Amino acid sequence: MSDIYSEIILNHWKSPRNRGKIDDADVVIKDSNPLCGDEITMYMKFDDDKIKQVSFEGKGCAISQASASMLTEFVKGKSIDEIIKMNSNKVQKMLGVKLSATRLKCALLPLKSLKLGIYSYLGKKLAG
Amino acid sequence: MKKYRKDFPILKRKINGKRLVYLDSAATSQKPIQVINAIANFYKTFNANIHRSIHTLGEEATKAYEEAREAVASFINAEHKEEVIFVRNTTEALNIAAFGLRNIVKGKLLLTEMEHHSNLLPWQQLAKLKHLELDFISFDKDGYLDEPEEKLKGASVLAITQASNVLGTINPIKKITEKAKEYGTIVVVDGAQSVPHMPVDVQKLGIDMLAFSAHKMLGPTGIGVLYAKKELLEKMEPVMFGSEMIKEVSFTEATWNELPYKFEYGTPHIAGAVGFKAAIDYLQEVGMRNVRKHDERITTYALKRLKNIVSIIGPKKAEDRSGLIAFTMGDIHPHDIATILNEEGIAIRSGHHCAMPLHRKLGIQASARASFYLYTIKEDVDALVEGLKKVREVFER
Ligand SMILES: Cc1ncc(COP(=O)(O)O)c(C=O)c1O
Repeated sequence: MSDIYSEIILNHWKSPRNRGKIDDADVVIKDSNPLCGDEITMYMKFDDDKIKQVSFEGKGCAISQASASMLTEFVKGKSIDEIIKMNSNKVQKMLGVKLSATRLKCALLPLKSLKLGIYSYLGKKLAG
Repeated sequence: MKKYRKDFPILKRKINGKRLVYLDSAATSQKPIQVINAIANFYKTFNANIHRSIHTLGEEATKAYEEAREAVASFINAEHKEEVIFVRNTTEALNIAAFGLRNIVKGKLLLTEMEHHSNLLPWQQLAKLKHLELDFISFDKDGYLDEPEEKLKGASVLAITQASNVLGTINPIKKITEKAKEYGTIVVVDGAQSVPHMPVDVQKLGIDMLAFSAHKMLGPTGIGVLYAKKELLEKMEPVMFGSEMIKEVSFTEATWNELPYKFEYGTPHIAGAVGFKAAIDYLQEVGMRNVRKHDERITTYALKRLKNIVSIIGPKKAEDRSGLIAFTMGDIHPHDIATILNEEGIAIRSGHHCAMPLHRKLGIQASARASFYLYTIKEDVDALVEGLKKVREVFER
């Protein structure tokens, strides 16, 4: 019926995984996409160089919400290095759809926030 | 106004194998072949810079550019053609309006809560620079502007849109300028959504300054207009400096050219002016009253058909609206609506439409918007309705 709105994307949109706050998060990052006003807040807890726990809150289109849901599922327990190496191809593969340039921005917002969170954590760690 | 569709080559395009249903004219309108040809003809036969070269091409280009100015002046019924300043777009016009008034404004700058960012940010910045107060006229739950009366007190400027690009509301500009005069308030009107869609007579409406873009009225991108009364332009300061806008220059000083050139800097969009004139000729041929009537007819039809499937933003009556309808669909994000409609060949706008504070006031993040023009047909609205049913199916399966 629709190429983009696959079963799996709609499933994550309807029942997002890892939605909510983490009260004792190491890093909280808020970001938005000025094009559509999508907003996301990422809560992250680290265990040395690994992501121990991650969750998100926010409002947005099905693509950005499904991407956040899938991404938070995927990165849990992964190393910081691994996540920093993730790119747009990886996100599209994860979503299983091909997106136009404008819609890709929606899909990439969660990854962008996640990376910002990691850099903020690393910065804090360096600063002691 | 089906008969005009043949003049718009783009309407023959297929998108994803479907007939293009273009419902995004409020963002930019499509262009008739007459405009496209006029621009091509300029480059093919009399391309030259203006006001500088003595040769034949230079003379012809200068003449065409000034004829475009006359066409605009007559289109909005300006008293003098020097009151028409060519700029890039509405946004630039409003910036020049705001900063051109920098030595005149005092007290308070009055805006409305339904302004596009282009008619908000220049005044925000000016208020910061000059330490002025900003005040806003709000609107009610149906999208009608509150009475401005008491807020006008102490306002040196009122910046107001004639037609909202989100609510669709057409504001009663004549009534407002009459009130504003009692308070000596300069009224700056954002005409981006009104000038393309209805007859606008600056003298009859008592407008001090008016901004609009050619690209939303069948013309090319990259050219727009700042209209302002001559007395006002004479008092205002230029905002951009360099060639064209000067009279005499020494190493340390300069004096300004006469109107309108004081506000036009560098080589302008000459081809754009030529195309703009062709667009105005086209609109006058159709008749602005007919354009407005058609908008109203299509909007009436669309309001009726959409009423039960989406939540419509703004006034319920088509006669109070310009030819656009913004809406939401429960939980379904406008971006997702637009993506699915695009699969059906339907082009709409989704997002905050450069009106973030307005959306926040409405308690929503974004909206979807279908907008119409003289080439829009009932079948386009029918396609939209069918498309929206598909959106429902996708998200409710
Ligand atoms: C009400 C209103 N004002 C200003 C603008 C800005 O126009 P432009 O992008 O041509 O500067 C628009 C269109 O986007 C508009 O709808």
